[in-house]
Amino acid sequence: MDGEELTEQETALYDRQIRVWGADAQRRLSKSHILVCGMKGTVAEFCKNIVLAGVGSLTLMDDRVVTEEAWSANFLIPPDENVYGGKTIAEVCCDSLKDFNPMVRVSVEKGDLSSLDGEFYDKFDVVVVSCCSVTTKKLINEKCRKLSKRVAFYTVDCRDSCGEIFVDLQNHKYSKQKIEETIECQLQYPSFEEAISVPWRALPRKASKLYFALRVLEQFEEAEGRSPGEISIADLPAVLKLKKELCEANALNASHVTDSLLERLIIGTREFPPVCAVVGGILGQEVIKAISCKGEPLKNFFFFDVMDGKGVVEDVSNPKKESK
Amino acid sequence: MVSERQLEAIKGAKVLMVGAGGIGCELLKTLALSGFQDIHIIDMDTIEVSNLNRQFLFRQSHVGQSKAKVARDAVLKFRPQMSITAHHANVKDPKFNVEFFKQFNVVLNGLDNLDARRHVNRLCLAADVPLVESGTTGFLGQVTVHVKGKTECYECQPKPAPKTYPVCTITSTPSKFVHCIVWAKDLLFAKLFGDKNQENDLNVRSSDAASSSDHAEDVFVRRKDEDIDPYGRRIYDHVFGYNIEVASSNEETWKNRNRPKPIYSADVMPENLTEQNGNVAKNCVVDTSSVSAMASLGLKNPQDTWTLLESSRIFLEALKLFFAKREKEIGNLSFDKDDQLAVEFVTAAANIRAASFGISLHSLFEAKGIAGNIVHAVATTNAIIAGLIVIEAIKVLLKDTDKYRMTYCLEHITKKMLLMPVEPYEPNKSCYVCSETPLSLEINTSRSKLRDFVEKIVKAKLGINFPLIMHGSNLLYEVGDDLDEVEVANYAANLEKVLSQLPSPVTNGTMLTVEDLQQELTCNINIKHREEFDEEKEPDGMLLSGWTQAPPAKDDKQSMNDKQSIGNGGDSSNALQTEPADAVKDGEMEEISEPAGKKRKLSEGSKASILDATDGTRNHKEVEKLDDDDDDDVVMFDDLDSMTNKKKRLQ
Repeated sequence: MDGEELTEQETALYDRQIRVWGADAQRRLSKSHILVCGMKGTVAEFCKNIVLAGVGSLTLMDDRVVTEEAWSANFLIPPDENVYGGKTIAEVCCDSLKDFNPMVRVSVEKGDLSSLDGEFYDKFDVVVVSCCSVTTKKLINEKCRKLSKRVAFYTVDCRDSCGEIFVDLQNHKYSKQKIEETIECQLQYPSFEEAISVPWRALPRKASKLYFALRVLEQFEEAEGRSPGEISIADLPAVLKLKKELCEANALNASHVTDSLLERLIIGTREFPPVCAVVGGILGQEVIKAISCKGEPLKNFFFFDVMDGKGVVEDVSNPKKESK
Repeated sequence: MVSERQLEAIKGAKVLMVGAGGIGCELLKTLALSGFQDIHIIDMDTIEVSNLNRQFLFRQSHVGQSKAKVARDAVLKFRPQMSITAHHANVKDPKFNVEFFKQFNVVLNGLDNLDARRHVNRLCLAADVPLVESGTTGFLGQVTVHVKGKTECYECQPKPAPKTYPVCTITSTPSKFVHCIVWAKDLLFAKLFGDKNQENDLNVRSSDAASSSDHAEDVFVRRKDEDIDPYGRRIYDHVFGYNIEVASSNEETWKNRNRPKPIYSADVMPENLTEQNGNVAKNCVVDTSSVSAMASLGLKNPQDTWTLLESSRIFLEALKLFFAKREKEIGNLSFDKDDQLAVEFVTAAANIRAASFGISLHSLFEAKGIAGNIVHAVATTNAIIAGLIVIEAIKVLLKDTDKYRMTYCLEHITKKMLLMPVEPYEPNKSCYVCSETPLSLEINTSRSKLRDFVEKIVKAKLGINFPLIMHGSNLLYEVGDDLDEVEVANYAANLEKVLSQLPSPVTNGTMLTVEDLQQELTCNINIKHREEFDEEKEPDGMLLSGWTQAPPAKDDKQSMNDKQSIGNGGDSSNALQTEPADAVKDGEMEEISEPAGKKRKLSEGSKASILDATDGTRNHKEVEKLDDDDDDDVVMFDDLDSMTNKKKRLQ
């Protein structure tokens, strides 16, 4: 790597993790720049993990004002109006995160993510978006893809006791330890838009039910012009109708996406903190893997559901276009 | 989102967390966010700099303070209404007795050592309180649930003893760097700076010539008026030159091994170099706690591997600094991974020895990890594991027995999973802890003393803190504050007697009862006399057995002979001559195969073997069928090799 050595201070602070991923990976981390948008509980967990790991900088975006709902699953927000009064969620979280590791620059960027031009994203190595519409996800992902430099793109969301991560590393080269030797590998990722356009019948029959259920909700919110999560039990009949239509259009047995799962996802609008910890932890690990180019990253969806306890990786890409 | 039923259970629960370290910080935060109201934390440790990269409730300014107390204060900042009680104490303290444990609805462990885990397991069994146990190492982790009578207890599977090395490998035939580290730390360092009265094999068996031992006895003592430079060189030449030369003359030993080459200081270092060292050292001052040979010699990067010359200079410089700056401590020092000068000395000595034996040299950073048994740890794994602990804790509070899972956090995607839930086991009917089944001990009753039995079996193997040993109704040994002088003297005398000479003789066929009053544990041990033991394979000179393995995997599965363990999310232990207790054994993985097309349902108990990540346990684990889909495959491991890599790099 670039030959710059870690300082004595860095070696002392990061001792235990350097023993996990090596000094080289630690140097790469310290030069990486991360953007996150949408500061709910899962993203707060992720930010904590990545600040502790010692990235170069972290930029936060979330202009919403703090409400009781905002701090319910977010430990970065003290439930004290004297502290958060008049500040945006990103500003309050920024104050807390700065404390976790003085070696990381944490800052706030204001404005609407989707209206920022491509140049803005050029400053970052990793972009993580949460709680935004499917259109925004596609748009940001495309902007990242158009840049000459590679920007890793992630989406993360938790509903009820379920969580989902999407990863687009475009063309990712990494090294992997195999017994005594290190082997070089490469993975080709589809964009978010490409991934969610893969015909359902092309997916394995055992593919995670959560994948389908979350696409149904996404499409419902999109069609109704709702914000993500702005949905209630009253919407259930309409959601189930949409599910049936989508399943028919995709030649998927509608019983595969159970009504009870959709009902759970609609009722549970608030995040469940243990799930935030689990999903934010997995996302942190994945971003560290991507930055350090060490270890096999997940491709390209991750699902966690408390009901079965499984943390599943699903490769949703067009088999014709993608070669493994 | 939680249901009303869950919310009620969470709000009414009184929770005991043991450990406020890597997992503990994450756990306390997640419990607080999830709505828990009443939490007690026990942790005896204080905060160190190397904790700060993952124990996010702590700051630089907290270094030196109680982890339990700082963690409480930090969480109260974002959940001020909670009741958090911090105990800055050892969980093995008698005040945390069975009565204390009984007040809790569930106990959550985030511990870093086997000893404390076993202790908490026993108290939970005695108090009949469910236990959620956890551990992490690097990207690996696991959460297990232990509910008396429902699932296996933490000790239902035997835990392997920490790795020990045969004495002669360390003293005469090292083949790995870790052997050199053990030699440098436990023999050389201890000999030069530790308690002079301790037994030490430094010169024993290093040659066939009996004379070397006599001759060597005084070599390590600095002579009156001897200058430090010649003293250092004399030690150097003795241990790396003379001893190796004597050892290498033994033809038999080197028939099938590479013969080591002696290294003398004059060959490596021309005279003037040491002079130089001396000058540098004199100019360099002075804070005792930060005395460093590296600093004196201008070596900065702990990641660099020193040459033989650099190692030799560090060796002499570190020795000199100990005598020049820390003379008062000499005779009382024991190796400490946080003692910079001690780590430098051990690294240098191990490297010189490694050079002599043709073993590759290592950096101070690596050597420190090996010498200090430093456990790899990252924040993300701890966060994930803490989330999973809370999920299981809520099930335990609701007594949703059918839903309990042990969950493994994997480094590599395995069968499409990164988090793999497994159905817990039933209690092992032959577990001496939760089923009180007798153990069996083979021992030479006419040679072994009661002391050997107490130290090597009762304390080391059975993890009993306050033993009481009975033969029938006769008390052989007991500890406690309430003993009178006569009793104390009697027991002290008993300790030194061989078993068959005790007032109530212990011979072949004797049944001994060992109790721990604090843990409320009783176990019976059948004694079998045996004349001879293999010094290499049975270094204790005795053999304890009794557990039988959990029900083996279904015969249509291959069992997985791996020895996989995930430590703890905490720091090191300083066990003698051990490698990290979480070492993964190489080449013992086998793929699990499932007959194609076989379909079974969970209700039929369809299970497959899986690695058991619980602290070094080697056993057959079974994986439930994880889905209601009939065609779900059984969990298969095809890429576990790489799990072992980190450890390999350290060896």
